[in-house]
Amino acid sequence: MKVRQVSVFLENKSGRLYEVCRCLAEAEVNIRALAIAETADYGVLRLIVNDPDRAVRALNENSFTVSETEVIAVEVPDKPGGLASVLAPLYDANVNIEYLYCFVEKSGESAIVVFRVEQIDRAISALQGGGFTVLREEEVYRI
Amino acid sequence: MDYFNPVEVLEREELEKLQLKRLQETVDRLYQKVPFYRKKLDEAGFRPGDIKSLDDLKKLPFTTKDDLRDNYPFGLFAVPMRDIVRIHASSGTTGKPTVVGYTANDIRTWADLVARTIVAAGGTPDDIVHVAYGYGLFTGGLGLHYGAEMLGATALPMSGGNTKRQIRMMVDFGSTILCCTPSYALNIAEVMREMGVTLDDIKLKSGILGAEPWSDEMRVQIEEALRISAHDIYGLSEVVGPGVSIECAEKRGLHVFEDCFIPEIIDPSTGEVLPPGQKGELVFTNINKEGLALLRYRTRDISSLETSPCPCGRTHVRMSRITGRTDDMLIIRGVNVFPSQVEAVLMQIPGLSPHYQLVVDRVENLDVLEVQVEVSPEIFSDEIKRLEELEARIRDEVQSYLGVSVKVRLMEPRSIQRSEGKAVRVIDKRKI
Repeated sequence: MKVRQVSVFLENKSGRLYEVCRCLAEAEVNIRALAIAETADYGVLRLIVNDPDRAVRALNENSFTVSETEVIAVEVPDKPGGLASVLAPLYDANVNIEYLYCFVEKSGESAIVVFRVEQIDRAISALQGGGFTVLREEEVYRI
Repeated sequence: MDYFNPVEVLEREELEKLQLKRLQETVDRLYQKVPFYRKKLDEAGFRPGDIKSLDDLKKLPFTTKDDLRDNYPFGLFAVPMRDIVRIHASSGTTGKPTVVGYTANDIRTWADLVARTIVAAGGTPDDIVHVAYGYGLFTGGLGLHYGAEMLGATALPMSGGNTKRQIRMMVDFGSTILCCTPSYALNIAEVMREMGVTLDDIKLKSGILGAEPWSDEMRVQIEEALRISAHDIYGLSEVVGPGVSIECAEKRGLHVFEDCFIPEIIDPSTGEVLPPGQKGELVFTNINKEGLALLRYRTRDISSLETSPCPCGRTHVRMSRITGRTDDMLIIRGVNVFPSQVEAVLMQIPGLSPHYQLVVDRVENLDVLEVQVEVSPEIFSDEIKRLEELEARIRDEVQSYLGVSVKVRLMEPRSIQRSEGKAVRVIDKRKI
């Protein structure tokens, strides 16, 4: 139920994002979803990829600062109120969300929301209790 | 007033007689009272009676900042602590600060020296001396303060910072002499403009500016921006504090008050004394100090000496503006900073890589020190708030250690240039 997210530290200077992506391309790693958090001086690139091990190896070999974080991925109906409906059980369970980002499935019927929360196990049971599909690792990497 | 103390215009012959007598007394006293100097002089095969002429000075061993550190805090004092009435301190290269102590006589001598500098900068007992150097362990604030009082002028103890308040007081009280770092003088001029305060609103006539290196170009800028006569003052706490030397109205070098200090210029690599006019490391010997008197103290400042007579009438030798350092010390807003101090702080924070760099720049006439640190995988978190906490921790620890505010920038691994041999720790972008 927990998905491995690969995070990369990037200074705010031109070409760095391209270099990460080129490094992953050369390792034949496919990016499933990504989000960037930024400050004035640097950013943190968060990636869901098809093969986290290979991605981490490639990035390390190219001297990037990399860390892995456990996140959860939830299927949400792609319609108005979709995100609100999935946040409700987390709110009720008193789960603190650090950040989230979304991507849309190819079929277009549902969106996938990636959550980074403080209480990951509590979040998973709250979501499952609310009738949501928490995606398994392999499912996410295959999307 | 042409000068404050008649000794400033003493005939050279008389001055040198006075110097020799004081040097002999100093060496004799240090040999008796300071075990460090007794050992050092014994090792050099030197007996106190060996000083027959001023020329014998060059046979004496040097004293360095490390000697002060090794005898931290009071080991080099030449009087018992009950006779010490004041302590000041400045940055050491690592760990411990450099501590200096003054007797009541030293405080009077120092005040006399600073009074001389104020007069050389055009000051009289009628002036209001606006002291914007920091008060505290740093010698700048209290040094100028006591000098202004010794002259009989009015001391205005502003200390540093809060520029708008400085300017309001300057307008309301009619400050006539500004004492601060040259970069802060420019900053004051700029904030004045922003506040709509014009040169007609203030009564400044002179500036006694020092504690950091500056240039004649900067002098022109300051003199125009504040409509004052700007004078370079030099000093260092180890020798006494501000008041070692000052520019007179001629502004062609800083008169070193030779009745209290004997200056020499040496080749920093061989220790050989260089002739007048040649650039080298400035060395001072205290000959009129009780609490802490240093023999041939190596300042690491680069200067040269000018012995030709000065039209102002002062007979004391002039040193050129400081043009550099023989070590890696930085002066940030008047505070001495050694890269080794920053390194010591960084190494105490777990997970930080030993790769760091200091970038110094001057933004709106204020020095800005940026500490660049590489983010290793051990300390990297994908949560921005954790990275910001790390930045804040580094910033707070470095600031409290150095006593100067810094900006911290997290960098990617290997983005700080690696050099072969000695690492490049400092990039100084300031144009002085």
